Amino acid sequence: MKGFRYLKEVSTLQLDQAACVGCGRCLEVCPHQVFSLAEKKASIRDRDACMECGACALNCPVRAITVDAGVGCATGLINEWLQERKLRAPGGNCCS
Amino acid sequence: MSYMVPPGLYAIGTPAADDPVLVTANYKMSYDIIRQSLTGRNVWLLVLETYGINVWCAAGKGTFGTGELVRRIESSRLAEVISHRRLLLPILGAPGVSAHEVSRRSGFSVSYATIRAADLPEYLDNGKVTTPAMRELTFTFYERLVLIPVELVQALKPVALIGGVLLMLVALLGDTASGVAAFCAFFGAVLAGIVLGPLLLPWLPGPSFALKGAAIGLFWFGFFYLLAGGDSWSRPVTLAIFLAIPAVSAFFTLNFTGCSTYTSRSGVKKEMRIALPVMGGVLLICAVLLLAQRLL
Repeated sequence: MKGFRYLKEVSTLQLDQAACVGCGRCLEVCPHQVFSLAEKKASIRDRDACMECGACALNCPVRAITVDAGVGCATGLINEWLQERKLRAPGGNCCS
Repeated sequence: MSYMVPPGLYAIGTPAADDPVLVTANYKMSYDIIRQSLTGRNVWLLVLETYGINVWCAAGKGTFGTGELVRRIESSRLAEVISHRRLLLPILGAPGVSAHEVSRRSGFSVSYATIRAADLPEYLDNGKVTTPAMRELTFTFYERLVLIPVELVQALKPVALIGGVLLMLVALLGDTASGVAAFCAFFGAVLAGIVLGPLLLPWLPGPSFALKGAAIGLFWFGFFYLLAGGDSWSRPVTLAIFLAIPAVSAFFTLNFTGCSTYTSRSGVKKEMRIALPVMGGVLLICAVLLLAQRLL
């Protein structure tokens, strides 16, 4: 995204190029232009721009893409950690 | 006050069987913005039940999702109303909707049109082609500004509580004036982290939100030092305030990752694993410094 870069080398985005059928759906759904398409194969051109929203993985018809998608806000993660350690009742989140 | 629109099929203008079908959430603002931007046109609008939540957040939670879309296609009898089988979805709905799955289960094909409703007229006039600009997220000064009031309201309760405790503790250990000063320092650090951090986001150093927050906290420390006559403070007190303010601001700017349009879950996790222990440690050192000052 123009003018903004987040931490480098943290995104869990993976693309299995052998499985890719080149439909271009990942380019269509990605709001950060992470993918490019050449010769009927998608490739990851800018992994560090990925915000792990999961749209590409969900919309890939051959499941060639994996990413650990989910809530990315601090409050949400603190609540998640507290719930994992049974320090807080499940349910309730940062965004309703 | 209700922010929900009943889900179902709506008409903008007087659409015919071959006119386009747009899909949106039943958050009233999403619905209103789409209707407004498409005034004077004839299109169908299929509104999904997202319980008054906007498209992007609802997609993240899965309520703006494959299951709801397929159900709504059936319950609205869309197939009987229109002659084609193409749905136009907002790009930010894609984290919840699996296009090929919708197609398999309903027979309707999904095209992701644009991110912003404002681009829809151009998209439709364009022969339904998405330009690169239409699929690029932004995070402008104004887009950040409008998020801040909600952040402030959400922080109000815990901040008032912690601030009150801080005021009483310092007042008991020292005097009332010091208590009020400590409260002001804390409250200013919170405001710096919630308001200034997000507003100045692209100009603050580094990619890390916690570091950006710490930087704006340092700025507030400098201001507070001049404002409250810092040259009369003892060394331990000065050091404690110098450490505590950036830690507090950093926490609140880090929390803004939840509102940002480009931070990843893994990135926020990494930041928090480093930043939270550092903040905790720093606040502990501050407490020790202040107690030592008082007791020694």
